[in-house]
Amino acid sequence: MNERIKKLREQSLNAVNKISVERAVLITEFYRSDETRGKSVPEQRALSFKYILENKAIPVNEGELIVGERGPEPKATSTYPEVCLHNINDLEIIDNREKVSFEADEKVKEIYKEQIIPYWEKRSVRDIMFSRLPMEWKDSYEAGVFTEFLEQRAPGHTVLGEKMFQNGMEDIITEIDESIAKLDLINNPDSPAKIEELNAMRISAEAIVRYAERYAEKLEEMSLVEKDTLRKSELLNMAAICRKVPAKRPETFHEALQHYWFLHIGVITELNPWDSFNPGRLDQHLIGFFNEGLNNNFLTAESAKELLYSFWVKFNNHPAPPKMGVTAKESNTYTDFALINLGGVKQDGSDAVNELSYLILDVIEEMRILQPSSMIQVSKKNPDSFIKKALKIISTGFGQPSVFNTDAIIQELTAQGKDIADARAGGASGCVESGAFGTESYILTGYFNLAKIFEITLNNGFDPRTKKQIGLKTGDPAGFSSFDEILKAFRDQVNHFAGIKIRGNNIIGDVYSRNMPAPFLSLLIEDCIENGTDYNSGGARYNTTYIQGVGLGSLTDSLTSVKYNVFDNKQITMKELLNILDKNFEGYDDIRKNFIDETPKYGNDEDYPDDLAVEIFNIFHDSVNGRKGPRKSLHRINMLPTTSHVYFGSVIGALPDGRKKGEPLSEGISPVQSADRKGPSAVLKSASKIDHLKTGGTLLNQKFTPTFFKDENSLNKIINLIRGYFRLDGHHIQFNVVDASTLREAKREPEKHRDLIVRVAGYSDYFVDLVEELQDEIIRRTEHEAV
Amino acid sequence: MVLILYFHGLKMKGNIFDIKRFALHDGPGIRTTLFMTGCPLDCLWCHNPESRLKTGENSTKNRIVSSEYVIDELKKDLVFFEESGGGVTFSGGEPLAQPDFLKVIIRELKNNSIHTAIDTTGYADKSVINDIFPYTDLFLYDLKVMDPEKHKKFTGVDNKQILDNLKFIFNRNGIVRIRFPLIPGYNDDKENISEMISFLNNLTDHPQIDILPYHRLGISKYKKLKIDSSIEFLSPPSDDRIQEVREMLKTNGIEAGIGG
Repeated sequence: MNERIKKLREQSLNAVNKISVERAVLITEFYRSDETRGKSVPEQRALSFKYILENKAIPVNEGELIVGERGPEPKATSTYPEVCLHNINDLEIIDNREKVSFEADEKVKEIYKEQIIPYWEKRSVRDIMFSRLPMEWKDSYEAGVFTEFLEQRAPGHTVLGEKMFQNGMEDIITEIDESIAKLDLINNPDSPAKIEELNAMRISAEAIVRYAERYAEKLEEMSLVEKDTLRKSELLNMAAICRKVPAKRPETFHEALQHYWFLHIGVITELNPWDSFNPGRLDQHLIGFFNEGLNNNFLTAESAKELLYSFWVKFNNHPAPPKMGVTAKESNTYTDFALINLGGVKQDGSDAVNELSYLILDVIEEMRILQPSSMIQVSKKNPDSFIKKALKIISTGFGQPSVFNTDAIIQELTAQGKDIADARAGGASGCVESGAFGTESYILTGYFNLAKIFEITLNNGFDPRTKKQIGLKTGDPAGFSSFDEILKAFRDQVNHFAGIKIRGNNIIGDVYSRNMPAPFLSLLIEDCIENGTDYNSGGARYNTTYIQGVGLGSLTDSLTSVKYNVFDNKQITMKELLNILDKNFEGYDDIRKNFIDETPKYGNDEDYPDDLAVEIFNIFHDSVNGRKGPRKSLHRINMLPTTSHVYFGSVIGALPDGRKKGEPLSEGISPVQSADRKGPSAVLKSASKIDHLKTGGTLLNQKFTPTFFKDENSLNKIINLIRGYFRLDGHHIQFNVVDASTLREAKREPEKHRDLIVRVAGYSDYFVDLVEELQDEIIRRTEHEAV
Repeated sequence: MVLILYFHGLKMKGNIFDIKRFALHDGPGIRTTLFMTGCPLDCLWCHNPESRLKTGENSTKNRIVSSEYVIDELKKDLVFFEESGGGVTFSGGEPLAQPDFLKVIIRELKNNSIHTAIDTTGYADKSVINDIFPYTDLFLYDLKVMDPEKHKKFTGVDNKQILDNLKFIFNRNGIVRIRFPLIPGYNDDKENISEMISFLNNLTDHPQIDILPYHRLGISKYKKLKIDSSIEFLSPPSDDRIQEVREMLKTNGIEAGIGG
């Protein structure tokens, strides 16, 4: 890493997270103006996008090679009042909260008070949504049965495909024109709406080109006054690139990166989609540009790296927009989940690992920054040397890259009906979510608290915390005479709440479809143009709606405890159990100890509990899978928590696995912390008993002390472990390799450990930015050595 | 006959004290190690003293289990064995001390193409070794002390049988990794090592040997299990000493690994 990159990296690391009102002011100006008159909703959206890009600041950071910032400077973070309007109190919380705060000074608040709030109040998508959602949805949401991804952020969850690395906006505009020309204006009554949408797309495409031109002008101006001759020529070169992309298709490595970055800025400026945006299979998209550059001698491995470093810094400059309330709790991080995919297979099914896969791994290791996140795709066709290289980075303990099973992802996607070539072009994004890159809209809608539903089942549909009868009256379990009755009641409750969630999804999808089209994003995801339909209305080739299950480990152990202690061994009656849970085990330490130490647990490759994990998984799967959703999509499940397992735990009383009131749940499909006692191979066996191929992603956290990664021989065995798990169709595995003592020290003296990055759940984060419960959980997770 | 043995096998019970999965130091690849209770030796430095206690004694994990249960458990990591070239290791205690139980299990594993290793003192009737030989892919064979008198003094038994059995295995072209537990003051003297070298060089061309340096991890077990140990205050060999021994072996044509 040279001085320039060190400086850029430092600049990014030291930049203060703060709120920038620039975007909010511009979009408000636009919507207050006469420009909206007579325009359709999609056209208004496109024109507002254009207005922002024409008027926003266009900073060029010192020494950088890739340009474009969402805000006026690194980490100055936009807000999106048309989606989610912050009030003054929100801004104060965002400014002052201990974790994941953003500076919001008096000036910001004043502008909000005078300009932003008065216009957007009751106009934001969030306001519209909440006015339409039924009471049963709100009660369930309040109770913590589920969260809602789309109440503060727009639908996103998509990744750029190969096509957009091979086409410029001029090509895209041609496609738009062809799509309009093909419309049957007489026999297709949807034509007028399609024309509006396609017009909006064209406005958006022109807007991003104009934005790049503004950069070209700025860079040219800068070059005139630049004294350093080297930098001067760099600035001129960058200006030429900005004159070319994204209007025309990129032809060099540098152009390709700048091209992508403009598209990225476009997506995250248009809206605040969940999971910022993502170039996806970077080693695949860039390999042609890379090889050509090497062959023609205008690129070396070193200069390619320098560009990638600069590219990496751009991601790190863009924290996730500030979240509030439950949304902040479920995803409490600055990370915005751009997940670089490396390896896997090509569209023809052959091994895709190339020189760039290794080179990018070097970049990941050397940059050692939070964003972008990274992962390797491992197919049975990929070489061990690729995995080993990644493991060496993992062993340095910053939780990246994570490891995914390409062959499983492809099967998951094809099982949902996708073409195999589209599936092979896909991968995982966000935390662990499978998607067909470039062709799919796969919207995550919220976490689903399976353990909470069990608590409600134990209380005959009543929620002890909010004191409301929100579930079905499935009977008082004290009167149940068999375990099957418990399971049946639980199944009925899951179906009940899945129904409420899906009803909500349909409402929210409709609100976005009609009020918040995303014509710019629609340019990027195939077949929105061909269909003349917006991304948020089902224009993409594939549309999927996900609900993410949380608490599998905790719930399995709880159901196992009921089956084992109440029904099979009759050590305690159901009535006694309910009473003990109600008392949060106070005065019942012996029984709690028995539940913890003497009751079978998920994660040990024992069928007794693992069969119940499968049962729970199937109950959840069957309650959701295949049900119709918004955007002509079908609902699917995945199993991941981000940080919601801490929030979900906080709304649940004591559980029969010995977990006390308020404690975090297990995360992903991992066992409850320290419930697994037979080592990592047993955990993987347990985790592989659920059918991963019926999901769109599962998350498994594996804890290792550094000794497991200490030499070649040990690394080989970790590779074998990964290969074994993937042979059993495991979807994903991530490793935390760090000493518990280091973590404890970091908790005590955060100021000395600001750079300590750990694996949380599907993503990495700065340890010191985590809430205390999560810090403790990770310490516990790490302390418990697998062997 | 096979059928009778099979049914006999179903009813077979044995005494074990642990099944450890993801064992990385008991042979090649990822392994599951079965720790079988009972040992005819009484090595002063034994690091698995629990193997010598009776079931239930001093709150050990010793337990009597069926061969079916053990086989099920040992087969669970099959996928990882296959990926890593690993398998099952029988350890203890002395696995050859429960020959019938061992045979039922190891034969079933072989039927499932699982790699098998026996970690043994070698102190058993030749007939026992002969019996399990067809099902054993690897012997992890302890060579503790060469001098018969000292062997008897430190381990409680004579080593003639042990050395004879080792020759027997080599004569039948069995695959063996010799394990040399390096116990300071007991078997790290020049004399013992020289004798070992000449014995090994007579046995085979390129003997494979691992030096297992004495460690103190067993001491806490003695305390927990309330067993007296006469060598509680023994220190592990220094790294320099381990390298010296390794050099000594090397100059005599024997490449030794450290640990196993």
